[in-house]
Amino acid sequence: MKEGSGEDQNVAPSMYSHVSRPSSHRNKNARKGLPFNVMLVGESGLGRKTFLNTLCESTVITASEVTNAEQAHIAEPMQFKNYTVEMDEDGMKIILNIVDTPGFGDGIDNEQCFMQIQEHLELQFDSVLAEENRIKRNTKFNDSRIHALLYFISPTGHSLREIDIELMKRLGSRANIIPVIGRSDSLTPRELVLFKQRVMSDIVSHNISLFNFPDLNDEDEDAVEENSELRAMLPFAVVGCEEVINEDGRPVRVRNYPWGVVQVDNDEHSDFDRLRYVLLNSHISDLRDRTQNELYEIYRTEKLSGNTSVLANNTSQAVISAIGA
Amino acid sequence: MSAPANDVQDYVGFDTITQQMERKFLKRGFNLNVILVGESGMGKSTLVNSIFASHLIDTQGRRAAQEVIRKTTEIAPVTQMLEENGVRVKLTIVDTPGFGDQCNNEGCWVPVIKYIKDQHAAYLERELKPNRERIIVDTRVHACLYFLNPGSRGLRPLDVEVLKRLTEVTNVIPVIAKSDSMTIEERTAFKRHIKEELAFHRIMLFPYASDDDADDDRVLNASIRELIPFAVVGSEEVIEVEGKLIRGRRHGWGVINIFDETHSDFVHLRNFMLRTHLSDLIEVTSQRHYEQFRTSQLRQIKELRAQQAAAAASGGAPPVPTQAQPQVPISVMQHQPMAQV
Repeated sequence: MKEGSGEDQNVAPSMYSHVSRPSSHRNKNARKGLPFNVMLVGESGLGRKTFLNTLCESTVITASEVTNAEQAHIAEPMQFKNYTVEMDEDGMKIILNIVDTPGFGDGIDNEQCFMQIQEHLELQFDSVLAEENRIKRNTKFNDSRIHALLYFISPTGHSLREIDIELMKRLGSRANIIPVIGRSDSLTPRELVLFKQRVMSDIVSHNISLFNFPDLNDEDEDAVEENSELRAMLPFAVVGCEEVINEDGRPVRVRNYPWGVVQVDNDEHSDFDRLRYVLLNSHISDLRDRTQNELYEIYRTEKLSGNTSVLANNTSQAVISAIGA
Repeated sequence: MSAPANDVQDYVGFDTITQQMERKFLKRGFNLNVILVGESGMGKSTLVNSIFASHLIDTQGRRAAQEVIRKTTEIAPVTQMLEENGVRVKLTIVDTPGFGDQCNNEGCWVPVIKYIKDQHAAYLERELKPNRERIIVDTRVHACLYFLNPGSRGLRPLDVEVLKRLTEVTNVIPVIAKSDSMTIEERTAFKRHIKEELAFHRIMLFPYASDDDADDDRVLNASIRELIPFAVVGSEEVIEVEGKLIRGRRHGWGVINIFDETHSDFVHLRNFMLRTHLSDLIEVTSQRHYEQFRTSQLRQIKELRAQQAAAAASGGAPPVPTQAQPQVPISVMQHQPMAQV
C-alpha cells in the first residue's frame, strides 16, 4: 500500500483525495478500509456473477453446479446473498460488500421481487436511523446501506421491458441506480448506440431517477466534463469474463468466439473498465455521499414525519422505540 | 444378326407417378404455417426473415418510449405467397408479441395454445361438413419455433410450462436465436443441460422416432437431435468482407457469417426445416397432432350425444356436462371456439 505522499497529480475529485486531507488521516483511512456496498440486480444469464468475479479479479461467486435436471428449472424465490472482498485501488483500501439477488425475475410471476428489494434497502436505512437515535451509540456500527445498485438490462435491442421499468421506477428513490447492459457483446456497435439511446429515452419518459453523475462542484471543469461524458455512456455496456490468457506476458481477459476475440478491458469492446473506475475510484465518494445526504435524508424525513404510506410498509420496532427513547 | 423379334414390354411405367404427383403439386402449391414463441428481443423476426431470405415480418418489440407495454400475448399472423422454381407456397408466420414480456407471465401461453387448437378445430369442422371442399384450406400450425434465452443455465420455469403444453399440440423446434454472445463451450454446456431437462420432463420434440423410419432417416434424425436446440445467428444485412458479400453481423472484434457452420447452426436449421423435413412437418401435423385432437373431440361429441340420449330416454332434464364441452359442436354448423387449455 502506498504511504501518503500528498504529491500525486492524477487525483480523483473526491472528499477522500489526499490533497485535501493531511497525510496521517489518509493513512488511517487507507489502513482501515473504506466500506462500499453494491447491490447487483438482474435476471439470471445477464452476467451478474461474471461481472462481480471480473470486478474483483477472483472467483467470488462460483457457478452453482446443479447436477440434477429436476432441480434446474424450479423457480427459486429471490434471495439476498452477501459477499465481502477487500480491494486495493490506487493505494486506497476498499471493503467491497456485495449483495447479489439470484432468483430476481426468473420465475413466472415476478411481482414480489420489487417489494422484497425495496424492503431490503429500507431495512438498511432503518438500522442507521435506529442507531442515530440511540442514547449510547455503537462506534463500530456497520453501515450496510447500499451505495450503488447495478441493474442489468437484457440486450434486446428494443426499449425497456416492463420488469426493467418497474424496478427502476420503484427503487430510484432508495438507491443510486446505475443501469448496465449485460452480455453486451451480443450487440454490434451500431445496435449498441441505438439501444443505449432507446433505453435512456425510455428512462426519461418514465421519470426514472438514476445516479446521473451529478455535478457537485460546478467550478471544477474537468469533473463537470467527466460527468457529462459518463452520462453519455449510460447505460454501461458490460462484458464479463473469467478467462485470463497470457498475451505477451500480460494477463488479458477475453472471450473467445470463432469470429474474433472480445477483450473485456478494451474500451472499444466494452465499458467495463470505465464502470469499474467509476465504482471503485472516481465516484466512490459521490455515490456514498448521495446515499447519505440525499437518499437517506429523504427516507428519514418521510419516516419521521409520520408519512403513513412509509410507516405502513415498514414498521420497524427498533426505530419506533429508539425515537421514543 | 437379325433384330430381336420380342415385344414383351416388361416395363409397366407406374414409376412415373412421382412425376405425375409433382405436376399436380406444382399446380396446387401448398400451405406452410409457422408460429414463433418467445419474449420480445430474442431475435424472432430477424431469424424468420433470414430463414426465408425475405423480409416477411417486422419486429413487434417496443422501439419508442411512447409505445405502450403489452399486457397480454397477441396473435399476429402474416401471410405471403412465395415462389421458387415454379413451386408456390402460401406461408403464414404467426408472431406472438407480448409473450413472456410482463412481470407476471402466468398464463401468457393461453392465447398461443388456443390459436393452435382453433386451427385444428377449424380444419375438423371443414372436414366434417357434409359438402366439404375438395381441398380443405390448411391453417394448422406445422411448426413452432420456440426461442430460448441465451445465457440462462437451462430451461427456465416458464419454458418448462410452455414447452409441455406446446409439444402436445404442435411440432416444436427450440432455438437460441441470438447465440453470438455464447462461446462454443457455453453453447455445448447449454445444449447438454437443455437436453437433460427436456428428457426429465418428458417433453417430446420433432422429429419423433417411429418404427417405420428407414435407416438413413434414423441417422439423419439422430444428428438433428444432437444439434437441438439450434444455436443460430440471424441477419437481414448484407456486409462486405474482403471483397465478398455475405449475410452477417459486424462486431468490433470480428464478422459473423450466418452461413458459416463454425459460427452458428443456421444452415442446419434451415436445411432441417425446409430441405429435409418440410414435408414431414406438414405430414406429422396432420397424422399425429391433428389426429390426436380429432380423436379426443369426436370422443367427447360421442359421449355428449350418449348423455343427451340417456337423459331424453329417462325424460329428465338434460344432464350437466361432466367434462369439458367439445370444441367442435355436434351440429358442426357454427364454429364456436372455446378456451380449452
